[in-house]
Amino acid sequence: MKKVALAIAALTGTALALEITGAGATFPYPVYGRWAYEFQKATGHKVNYQSIGSGGGIRQIINRTVDFGASDAPLTPEELNKNNLLQFPTVIGAVVITYNVPEIGKTVLDLDQKAVCDIYMGKIKKWNDPYLQQLNPNVKLPDRNIVVVHRSDGSGTTWIFTNWLSKVCPEWKEKVGFGTSVKWPTGVGGKGNEGVTNYVKRSQGGLGYVEYIYAKQNNLPVAKIKNREGVFVEPNIKTIQAAAAHAKWDKSKHFYEVLTDQPGKDSYPIAGATFILLAKDQPERAKKATTFFKWAFENGDKYAEELNYVPMPSNVKKLIFEYWKENGVHP
Amino acid sequence: MELEGVIEGKLSEVKNRGSLIERVVKVFLGFWALFVGLLFPLLILFILYYEARLAIEKFGVINFLKSTNWDPVAEDFGAATMVFGTFISTLLAILMAAPISIGIAIFITELAPKWFKPIISTAIELLAAIPSIIYGLWGFFILTPIMANKVEPWLQDKLGDVPIIGQLFSGIPTGVDVLTTSLVLSIMIIPFMSAVVRDSFEMVPSVMKESAYALGATQWEVVRKVVIPYTASGIAGGLILSTGRALGETMAVTFLAGNNPQIPKSLFDSFTTITVTLANQFTEADTDIYLSALYYLSMFLFLISLILLSVAKYLVLRLEKRWKV
Repeated sequence: MKKVALAIAALTGTALALEITGAGATFPYPVYGRWAYEFQKATGHKVNYQSIGSGGGIRQIINRTVDFGASDAPLTPEELNKNNLLQFPTVIGAVVITYNVPEIGKTVLDLDQKAVCDIYMGKIKKWNDPYLQQLNPNVKLPDRNIVVVHRSDGSGTTWIFTNWLSKVCPEWKEKVGFGTSVKWPTGVGGKGNEGVTNYVKRSQGGLGYVEYIYAKQNNLPVAKIKNREGVFVEPNIKTIQAAAAHAKWDKSKHFYEVLTDQPGKDSYPIAGATFILLAKDQPERAKKATTFFKWAFENGDKYAEELNYVPMPSNVKKLIFEYWKENGVHP
Repeated sequence: MELEGVIEGKLSEVKNRGSLIERVVKVFLGFWALFVGLLFPLLILFILYYEARLAIEKFGVINFLKSTNWDPVAEDFGAATMVFGTFISTLLAILMAAPISIGIAIFITELAPKWFKPIISTAIELLAAIPSIIYGLWGFFILTPIMANKVEPWLQDKLGDVPIIGQLFSGIPTGVDVLTTSLVLSIMIIPFMSAVVRDSFEMVPSVMKESAYALGATQWEVVRKVVIPYTASGIAGGLILSTGRALGETMAVTFLAGNNPQIPKSLFDSFTTITVTLANQFTEADTDIYLSALYYLSMFLFLISLILLSVAKYLVLRLEKRWKV
């Protein structure tokens, strides 16, 4: 094996093929897998990514058992410094609200911060609640119970959604807070995006939150959400990328930035990037990982978009490259 | 003379070698039996305890078992809802499965025509070969809508107003609840239970049955007064096997329980069990105390299974003693 690899390396004039290992978040798994495949075709380096969940990814990079860890939620600068880690975002996702109201079918509903918060607090119980009706004057909402659905498993999707609620709804922040799983005031829990979707589809009057990609692939009805500038925004690649472009990414804070409730008239408010974690004290291993992600940032946007992921805006990519250089992990 | 000596020597050599091999095998197998049977579970228990230390220190034993709060954000954890959910779904499943399994066993051993026996026993054993995820998917996509739209509203209509037990049928029927979960669990454990019960029914000496018939007993009397008492320990054994299975079942329950850490007040409430909570939350448990609390939960499941099986084993031994002829 080694001899063959050496021979290939000698023939093509490239360095020995790298074997890069990573573990963590499940949300970006499809796009990392696709990138790894194309990356290997282009360079001969092999990436082995195991989607064991963000919690596991963080643990493994802290124990230095992988070259890179992956987490859907960013670690705070304090946590990163404590464990001597580096962090940068790779692709952006969003959380959308889907519903099943037979009377209105696929009509797009407008929802604002208070409406979503009150529904998930269990305070708005009926679809024809005056508050919802006033937000959607052109739709005749029926007298039906809202069946609230949330994720039962811990997930980055829940993290982003509850983070947004905590930012826009003081009561939520005080009583529930945000995390990969929280203590829900109301509703039933479905496992995974498919679990939530099926509960919503099956119960007349259902409402739940799922990943943008999942809603897109399954052609689910999706609500417009009011952003902080007061505009009702539909989630799509443009509006999600706008949230990332308007965010104040800070290298000194290791890109600790949550894309929820970002400024900008065209920004979709419930977005979030997914992150890569590197070991600062093992620059050689970190460089293996950045080799892969540099290639992905430069060549991978089209593959990401094919899978409905939103690539990083180019100004953020530039910032990430600078961040690598400053920390001595640029390939 | 010389030749005989050589032969004798060889013979004793072979004998010695035989007993040596025997001894080596004995020690070797004994070691593995000891390791797998005793040391391995102890090791698991130790590791669970080791990983759960943090949560044990913070929440204590009684408080952890008493508290119904499960709040990963506030890092406050209690096991009451999961322990209760595990018990209640297992109990209901066994209550539903036991009479059916015993009925199946009676049918196969006493009533079914000879050519039909292998067909029906194979069909029931096949139920055991279905992976639990399939039960979960079937329950979720096929059974839940039927439960939510037909069975549960009907039950609510008929029994909802009856005092005391009416409370069990209150709430909005969603189909993802205690009733549906226990129903699917009971289908999953029927093959185990009925197989064990059937085997013990078949071990009833025909002399005993024939004597009963000779005394003029009807078929029903033979089953009730001879077969069932004689095989009480077998029935208990079947119950134990299935309890173990129902306690640990995860995949199917995840789909059907609604996954809410609450004490269900009616059969139509969603709930959660220990294994479901573990499966749902292990991957994203990001803080140390969160992970530790999950280990603490699994330690409890381990202990519950251990205690339950020991108690059951003891009961079987007592029954066996009583019925020994």
